[in-house]
Amino acid sequence: MNHHRSAAQPLAADTKPWRDASARPFLSIRGVTKQFGLFTAVDDVSLDIFRGELFCLLGASGCGKSTLLRMLAGFEAPTAGALLLDGQDMAAVPPHRRPTNMMFQSYALFPHMTVEKNVAYGLQREGVARAEIRTRVAEMLKLVKLEALAARKPHQLSGGQRQRVALARALIKRPKLLLLDEPLGALDKKLREETQFELVRIQETLGTTFIVVTHDQEEAMTIATRIGIMRDGQIIQVGEPREIYEAPESRYVADFIGSVNLFEGRVDAAAPDAMRIVTADIGPVIVPPQPGLKAGQTVWIALRPERIGLGHAEPAASNRFRATVEDVGYMGQLSVYRLRLPGGRLVQASLSNRLMDDDPISWDEQVWASFSPAAARVLTE
Amino acid sequence: MSAPAEGQGARPGLLGRLGFSGRTLVIAVPMLWLLLFFLVPFFVLGRISLSDPMLARPPYTPLFERGPDGSLEWLGDLENYALLWADSLYRNAYLSSIGIAFTSTVFALLIGYPIAYYIARSPEPRRTILLLLVILPFWTSFLLRVYAWMGFLQREGLINSFLLWVGVIDAPLQMMQTTFAVQLGIVYTYLPFMILPLYANLTKIDEAFFEASADLGASPVVTFLTVTLPLSVPGIIAGCMLVFIPAIGEYVIPALLGGPDTLMIGRVLWDEFFSARDWPVAASVAIVMLFLVVLPVMWLQDYLDRRGLKG
Repeated sequence: MNHHRSAAQPLAADTKPWRDASARPFLSIRGVTKQFGLFTAVDDVSLDIFRGELFCLLGASGCGKSTLLRMLAGFEAPTAGALLLDGQDMAAVPPHRRPTNMMFQSYALFPHMTVEKNVAYGLQREGVARAEIRTRVAEMLKLVKLEALAARKPHQLSGGQRQRVALARALIKRPKLLLLDEPLGALDKKLREETQFELVRIQETLGTTFIVVTHDQEEAMTIATRIGIMRDGQIIQVGEPREIYEAPESRYVADFIGSVNLFEGRVDAAAPDAMRIVTADIGPVIVPPQPGLKAGQTVWIALRPERIGLGHAEPAASNRFRATVEDVGYMGQLSVYRLRLPGGRLVQASLSNRLMDDDPISWDEQVWASFSPAAARVLTE
Repeated sequence: MSAPAEGQGARPGLLGRLGFSGRTLVIAVPMLWLLLFFLVPFFVLGRISLSDPMLARPPYTPLFERGPDGSLEWLGDLENYALLWADSLYRNAYLSSIGIAFTSTVFALLIGYPIAYYIARSPEPRRTILLLLVILPFWTSFLLRVYAWMGFLQREGLINSFLLWVGVIDAPLQMMQTTFAVQLGIVYTYLPFMILPLYANLTKIDEAFFEASADLGASPVVTFLTVTLPLSVPGIIAGCMLVFIPAIGEYVIPALLGGPDTLMIGRVLWDEFFSARDWPVAASVAIVMLFLVVLPVMWLQDYLDRRGLKG
């Protein structure tokens, strides 16, 4: 995941300013609430976003992510709270005076204007000189690889081409903040995957701060510097894609991002170097010590499928359980196993096929599953 | 049941065997209607317009006559059309009709556009009520409504009485039997025909276009001029045609509200047919009017096609 910012890159504070407590946020959302009648679409959201970020607001439909984006664009006024962009309060600034631009989910390309006119529209409104408009539009069309189609009307373009016109039109004014509402939502799967990297390339070329609204967790994981997960109008977790995946803070996030096995259990006893949690499904589980947990407290253990090892022989690992292989799904580089626990519950495990060559596992076999204490994530909510 | 009913599909009916499909049949009905009630009368009119008037039944000369040697002789000519060109009465009537129809259409557009825009931007329960109010006058007879205007516009009518009572004027204004009254009547009568197509067009425009325009820095006025107005051109054209075309040939409104000075081609046509009983001239007046109306319509259709705005 997060391919474009390679893992080898040093974790310098200037590339990850959110890790630096003293860094000044570029966009500051402070206690923003939006109510429509009795319905609270956005509920007391506070969030800091830094210059040059590609921040994804991720959530299921109706979670309030689009409303939050529309408040940033100025199409909706917050019921409470403040939005500060580069130190300036946006409350009294109407949409047409904001230094933000938006790429609409439907693209909203003006059907009566050519590609060139659509892209030039924002500059014309600023009163930029004609010659400069021409150069900047040409540059922008080159960036999105649409030079050849400048004279076309939107209805003469394919979906992918329209998407790029919409992006070019939103970027031409060099906004401080670009808001993208489901930018890849209207594209088919293959085109969407190609375009994800294209979007990141353009964002890195220009250095503009992007806020992307999406419901597609894979898309968010691929393109984002950080992800904010929204649910019922609230931001429930913010973090880098890796953090969100490896260290979800709630069952909802663990389940929303990727696949996960969740086991309910009770804190049994805490030793200084380990903690024991008793579950009904897989027995006692040893996890690293968790500060703040009391004996007897109900918790959940989240276990990613790829963190489970399988074998015919009983492993030495402390966390192990027996299961029957119900189903094997061959996915190319890995296989996904559906395991039936003696209690009847299903557990998912995925293993690299390369590792399984010397001990192949097949349907209806009794196997041992095991995982390390560090692989288990203990959740309290 | 998935088995086809007997007689359908399995065995083609009489029409099917003759090569008629269901679709041709559906199209054939309106085509037949147009043929019978539009194209045939058009040719009858065209034929009459080539004759001369005659005190007979029918009151025009035949187009062919048998000569003394038994050969067929062509009698038709374009004399009536030459008359329309030569006599300034007809030319003035055409110009005046077009002028009155044009100004009425412009006023209907200026009044109708804001109304249509407001209805299209209204939230749902109010929108339906407003639309209903636009259509409501159709429940009353058109003639009655024109007569009602006479009550307003007369020398002793409501408007004059009110203005005299307020003291704005000393003597009653002459409003009846003026071109103004005719234009007022036309605008009033045809306003719904302007509003409805405009409304239909404006509601179809995606709200996101206006937001995109604002987002790119356009003030509400600029958004209206650069986005809303160009996108509503098909509605403007449809509404203007629905007002302009019937207004050109309007007879009742100028007859009731207009004076002797209000020259409109509908009245000329009526006079030629029923007072002068000169069918051939009346027929040629009608044919020329048809072309005056059809040509701009064809040009506009072509314009919309080229701009890719239709449909």
